Amino acid sequence: MGEEMTESTGGIDFEDEDASGVIKKFMFVNRKAPYGTIYALESLEVVLISAAFDQDVSLIFMDDGVYQIVKGQHTKAIDVKNFSPTYRALEGYDIEKLYVEKESLDQRGLTEDDLLVDVQVMSSAEIAKIMAEQDVVISF
Amino acid sequence: MSSVELNGKSYETDEEGYLVNLGEWDEDIAAYLAEQEKVDMTPSHWEVVNFLREYYNDYQIAPAIRVLTKAIGKKLGAEKGNSKYLYELFPYGPAKQACKIAGLPKPTGCI
Repeated sequence: MGEEMTESTGGIDFEDEDASGVIKKFMFVNRKAPYGTIYALESLEVVLISAAFDQDVSLIFMDDGVYQIVKGQHTKAIDVKNFSPTYRALEGYDIEKLYVEKESLDQRGLTEDDLLVDVQVMSSAEIAKIMAEQDVVISF
Repeated sequence: MSSVELNGKSYETDEEGYLVNLGEWDEDIAAYLAEQEKVDMTPSHWEVVNFLREYYNDYQIAPAIRVLTKAIGKKLGAEKGNSKYLYELFPYGPAKQACKIAGLPKPTGCI
């Protein structure tokens, strides 16, 4: 792992057509609050597209990224679309590996019950281990 | 951006003919969009269109075709949950055509 990665493509080889049947482990790391920047929504779009290519996709929510999947988001007052229901669609896209960093939840006074999707809560150390097993890690 | 006038009501559409405001959708505009797509709407077509509207209401996205067929199979029966059935109803791409008629945005990674 790693040696075939290139800086310009983030390890994704677009040229090699023979690679179309290869399943890689893609991990999307979500670290930012859902609103105020475009990161969370962009990440979600990329995740949904990646599902169409039958890749092994997993998501991590950490730091303020845990707020992306918190229940009861009301965005009317800031005049943006509440896209949090879309996280519940991930299961239908066969994206079922959702990991949340325990430390990030604890620091924000949140528990698994505050989240709108089923997740696996893991320690920072456990997440680091899973991250090391990925072919591609994309951070938002 | 352009708009369509039907029975005294105005509907905004984008350059590809998709409805801009989901809230403006009604059966009149659906019938008009179907006509534009050369789709002859039958109860089976409406069933898929209504299914898509429910899906959007629940998840705030238009589903990819693979997800749509699976979800339809679950809800409406296996004989309808396959791309053959859906392509027969919407020959130019079920997700794209049916979404357009349902007033939804173009699906992400759409076919």
